[in-house]
Amino acid sequence: MATVERDEVTGVDTTGHEWDGIKELNNPLPKWWLYVFYASIAFSVLWWILFPAWPSSTGYTPGLLGSNQRLELDTRLAEARAAQAVFLERIAAADAAEVAADPELLQFALAGGERHFKDNCAGCHGLGGAGQLHYPTLADDAWIWGGSLDSIQQTIRHGIRNEDDPDARFGIMPAFGADEILSREEIAGVVQYVLALGGQDHDAALAATGQETYELNCAACHGEDGKGIRDLGAPNLTDAVWLYGNTPEEIAAQISRPQHGVMPAWQGRLPEEVITMLTVYVHNLGGGE
Amino acid sequence: MNLIKHHGKIETRASVLAILILITVSIGGLVEIVPLFKIESTIEKVEGVRPYSPLEQVGRNIYIREGCYNCHSQMIRPFRDEAERYGHYSLAAESMYDHPFQWGSKRTGPDLARVGGKYSNDWHVAHMVDPRAVVPESIMPGYHFLLEREVGYHDIAEHLRTLGIVGVPYTEEMIESAAADLRDQATPDADYDGLLARYPKAVVGDLDGRPNEVTEMDAVIAYLQILGRMVDFTDIRTEDILQ
Repeated sequence: MATVERDEVTGVDTTGHEWDGIKELNNPLPKWWLYVFYASIAFSVLWWILFPAWPSSTGYTPGLLGSNQRLELDTRLAEARAAQAVFLERIAAADAAEVAADPELLQFALAGGERHFKDNCAGCHGLGGAGQLHYPTLADDAWIWGGSLDSIQQTIRHGIRNEDDPDARFGIMPAFGADEILSREEIAGVVQYVLALGGQDHDAALAATGQETYELNCAACHGEDGKGIRDLGAPNLTDAVWLYGNTPEEIAAQISRPQHGVMPAWQGRLPEEVITMLTVYVHNLGGGE
Repeated sequence: MNLIKHHGKIETRASVLAILILITVSIGGLVEIVPLFKIESTIEKVEGVRPYSPLEQVGRNIYIREGCYNCHSQMIRPFRDEAERYGHYSLAAESMYDHPFQWGSKRTGPDLARVGGKYSNDWHVAHMVDPRAVVPESIMPGYHFLLEREVGYHDIAEHLRTLGIVGVPYTEEMIESAAADLRDQATPDADYDGLLARYPKAVVGDLDGRPNEVTEMDAVIAYLQILGRMVDFTDIRTEDILQ
């Protein structure tokens, strides 16, 4: 059985194995391949010694290097923080106004704020705070809840109308139509008056009837002059900035069955210094007060 | 090299070969399996992880049905870039009641392990109906039909019971009230006390802007809004969760 012979066609020895007249050529593995294979076995042994590898009944062999991804992450984060500590520590110790007043911190906060804004805020408020229907523009000077550093920080920390934070800003407009507080005719009048407040085309006669309804029902929150009351989150109706649209139909819908946007609370989710950086960033988008 | 020369002695004796193969495979198997019997748990001991509420569970099923995992992972790895973008790395404990888990390995979209609480319910509705409406550069398909399909939940109690068999600790109380809990979670102004006692931190109310129906959109939003929110990481130190 084990007769090695030379194959005439290829000039290669056979292994001597033969099955039903079929013989096998002895073509050994290339040397380079074999040595790489041996080297990788040696490498794995080295790995077992240096890194976590073998399970045991109580845990696993930790390896001589004591490597652990979770501890390593702590180190990496600490390093990253240390590299920025000169700024971050000062931002953490300062309030937003102090950060905004210090050119060096301001520059850092704007860069950091932009990065965190893209990650966390742009989904709703758009890149650069451009805003979109249902989500307020942050780059203009129309503020529903206030555009001072303190107001912005308060809004970012606690959010708006969310259930998670007892300090969230909370303002709810009654459903004047759905809850039958106002009749259809009264709402139609108020719509025209609101259009007039916003400087848009309107039916003057209807608007005049709407004014009375407005003063009785709407002025308490939106103000006699329609300029809104920020403590209540009642928007200014005279600035031609419309969160839910400016057509008569959209305004009527908002009076009849108002939509209310919700903003999450970011305190706890983001570190305090990041909230400060975001505050300064948003304040600097264009409309900060 | 001597050994290698004599391999013929093993290879030509089928029974010897079989016994040696068995021994080799057994060593590999024992090394991997035996520690699992001995080690108490490979899951970190953290507070807060609970079974999914019935509505969240239905949302999870829709998430799987629609193949969300093809583009979204739920696994924040312990790297600096991920920790800074998504938050604390995922723990085994956080997916211990997932059958099957949704860790995923593909991120065409962002990781969703901690998406809960990041966006409002309204945003999720707008985003799933037409992702481009809120994120102009998004390539996610729209899922507007979720808003039109009501959730069928006659078998939800059995569903929870089945999950109980594979180790999700649903109590008899949870199973009995499953259908009511499912309906209440998506119903505005329902009595949420029992529901929230059984499933803390669940988001409740009219989640999708259609107060009178429990739609698939309600279910998916309930699921997305709980992701990553069960464990409170404020007081957890790395040493407590080292394996």
